[in-house]
Amino acid sequence: MSGGIGISLLGRSMVLIALAVSVLGAFSGIAGGMKRSDKAWKWARICAYTAAAAMTLAIGLMEYALITNDFSVSYVAKVGSTTTPLWVTIVSLWSSLEGSILLWAFVLNGYIAAFAYFTKGKYVEHSSYTLGASLSVAVFFSFLVAGVADPFIAMDPVPTDGPGPNPLLQNHILMVIHPPALYLGYVGMAVPFGMGVASLLAGKIGAAWSVALRRWILLPWGFLTVGIILGGWWSYEVLGWGGYWAWDPVENASFLPWLTATAFIHSALIMERKDGLKGWGIVLLLVTFLLTLLGTFMTRSGVFNSVHSFTQTPIGPVFLAFLGFCSFVSLVLLSTRMDVLGSKQKSVPVVSRDSMFLLNNLLFAAFTFTVLIGTVYPLVHEAMTEKKLSIGEPYFNELGIPLSIAIVFLMGVGPALPWGNIDRQDALKRLTIPVVGGIVAIVLALVFGATGFTPLISFAVCGFALMTTLRELIEPASVRVERKAESWGKALWTTWSKTRRRTGGYVVHMGVIMVAVAVTGSGAFKDLSEVTLKEGQSVEIQEYRLTYTGKETVTESHRSSEIAKVSVLRSGREIGVLEPKLNNYFRMGSVIGTPAVHNFLDEDLYLNLVNMNADGSVVGLQVITQPLVLWLWLGGGMMMVGTLISAWPSRKRKRISSTTQQESA
Amino acid sequence: MSDTSEETVEKEQEGQGQRRMILVVALLVMFGALGFVSFGNLGENLVYYWDCSQVVEAGEEAYGATIRLGGVVKEGSLDWDENSNELNFQVTDGKTILDVHATGAPPQMFREGIGVVVEGTMVKATGAGRFESERLMVKHSNEYKAPEEGTDAAELYKTVEGL
Repeated sequence: MSGGIGISLLGRSMVLIALAVSVLGAFSGIAGGMKRSDKAWKWARICAYTAAAAMTLAIGLMEYALITNDFSVSYVAKVGSTTTPLWVTIVSLWSSLEGSILLWAFVLNGYIAAFAYFTKGKYVEHSSYTLGASLSVAVFFSFLVAGVADPFIAMDPVPTDGPGPNPLLQNHILMVIHPPALYLGYVGMAVPFGMGVASLLAGKIGAAWSVALRRWILLPWGFLTVGIILGGWWSYEVLGWGGYWAWDPVENASFLPWLTATAFIHSALIMERKDGLKGWGIVLLLVTFLLTLLGTFMTRSGVFNSVHSFTQTPIGPVFLAFLGFCSFVSLVLLSTRMDVLGSKQKSVPVVSRDSMFLLNNLLFAAFTFTVLIGTVYPLVHEAMTEKKLSIGEPYFNELGIPLSIAIVFLMGVGPALPWGNIDRQDALKRLTIPVVGGIVAIVLALVFGATGFTPLISFAVCGFALMTTLRELIEPASVRVERKAESWGKALWTTWSKTRRRTGGYVVHMGVIMVAVAVTGSGAFKDLSEVTLKEGQSVEIQEYRLTYTGKETVTESHRSSEIAKVSVLRSGREIGVLEPKLNNYFRMGSVIGTPAVHNFLDEDLYLNLVNMNADGSVVGLQVITQPLVLWLWLGGGMMMVGTLISAWPSRKRKRISSTTQQESA
Repeated sequence: MSDTSEETVEKEQEGQGQRRMILVVALLVMFGALGFVSFGNLGENLVYYWDCSQVVEAGEEAYGATIRLGGVVKEGSLDWDENSNELNFQVTDGKTILDVHATGAPPQMFREGIGVVVEGTMVKATGAGRFESERLMVKHSNEYKAPEEGTDAAELYKTVEGL
């Protein structure tokens, strides 16, 4: 198989080229910032493009090797198999460590190249520094792909077949999009990190640069949001425990940078409008990136299996060293350069939109702190006492739920208040409609049978925030309708498209409210029961009537599935046949179930096939009903739509870039 | 004119310095309080990863604590009552044996001699006490082979974790 050796060699060459030009680009970028040299800056851009091209070729070669089952390439030998279906083969690129790191490096270089392209001729000093800093990060990842996580090792002897990827990853189509979305979010934080470092090195943040900061974090933030939600969806549709979030360290790892990035997106508005919170904003940017590194370290090094096992994978210590290095550089930069930025924000009135932004940032910081402690504590404990433990979900819920409620509450207050000093009477008047919204929400929740203090408060706060958000979206148009006698459609379109960034922001808020409603409902009112059914037998659970009508066996090349056919009636109405199954993966020798879920607008019916006897005449079923789950996925989609509305490049770029140049000149 | 304006600037700066101090103190107090609450809360929500011997060693501490018990289902101990939906079995680490009780049908892969992780707690029962399971997880492995008795519990966590 000389072709295989060719791929190993070619792939590795590409990675080495990316490594070399990244080193060169990192130096040129920093030099370009220090000397304000257009020439060095240009070199940094060329290096960024070259590195991205080389990584694209490398990842293309790997996909080619996977698809052609070229087992002479070590990564293919590790995750490939002649019996896996094509789509699984394609996505198995990110099913294991080396492939994920390769994908990471590819995405990172892509982002950097995009930054180089879109900021060409803008923010001279800052852009060059940013390229320098983010290419330094790229150096590290290229180094990983070239060294400790090399997926291109030539196999000798060449195996004839491989084990195929982890069966859990083969179970659902969501596995195709969840990891890349998460990576696009995670890795994308490296560019804002570079921009933060650049702000410190340049020692100033102008209004245009803070707009750029916000824009470049918005897109990765959107991807991270979608990645987190898809992860929850995958967990819900595949893992069969009937939940989507368990405060698992892997989930927390993605949630932590999301929290700090969200805080930054809000503080960036203060940065831009009030020339304040600059140092704090930069702290958030740097911390966000450090948290993505921490998260990758935690999820990829196996440190949660055992604190001491991470040294067994070569990637663990290297990653920890890099995390330490980046933290050290960040600390040094912050302590020596932060005061240079100089915030000019005057004192903030206690009740105003400004102060709500401060409070928002405090709450997000507190949330981050809480989750971080709960995630890292078991590691510290094990390292010190040699005893393994973890932190139970109640810890996170007891602190996370009140914090979340407070955050959603602020979402209802902040936008209702004007900037700066306010008239108390006026403010109260503006809060009347939201308060009515909150009361209506409580009444509705009670009508639908909700009970308990926390869920009711949570629903109330959602109703409250919803009214504020809706008003912010509609009010500008209603003014036009009144004053200019425009039609509603035209007025809405004009106001929304004129203030796209603002509109997108409120659409995201709508999504957050949907998510909050879904989490409240599904978290507080989940119901679980287990039944054993013989063929033809029925059972009544709440308003459902479930009948086990028989089994079916489906054999594919890589697995055979036992499918239980369960016909469902809800309140006497025919719903259809749900098919929970048990999959037997030949190569793994393990049986893994796939639940069957039916979404109604008001609740989900979730069936797990727990077991089935040999001839399929008796099955054990787990029946879970959970209100409002569908709204979680819809809310996630809404958040992404809002992000896109907000982040889409504006057509007026020319005007913006000319003001920018004046500013940085 | 210039004197007074300088004075006001100075005063303003002083005032800002003071405000900054107050802000810093307020933040410290807030995060101190949050840290206090978090750590207090942490202590109440620990989940221990123990094998049978460690559960027995822990004695009274194991009653009521949330434990992830790792071990192997002892041969000949499995008793599943289809009618009452009750599942009784024993878990062993090769040295110590614990009685485990669970409600609900056992997972498809569940059988004697297989590695399991059981989440639950110790409850008082006649004799030595019993482990009450709330969640039963069967070991999955990339390279699957039936674990032998005496398999290290830590090894089991590796393969069921992160599912």
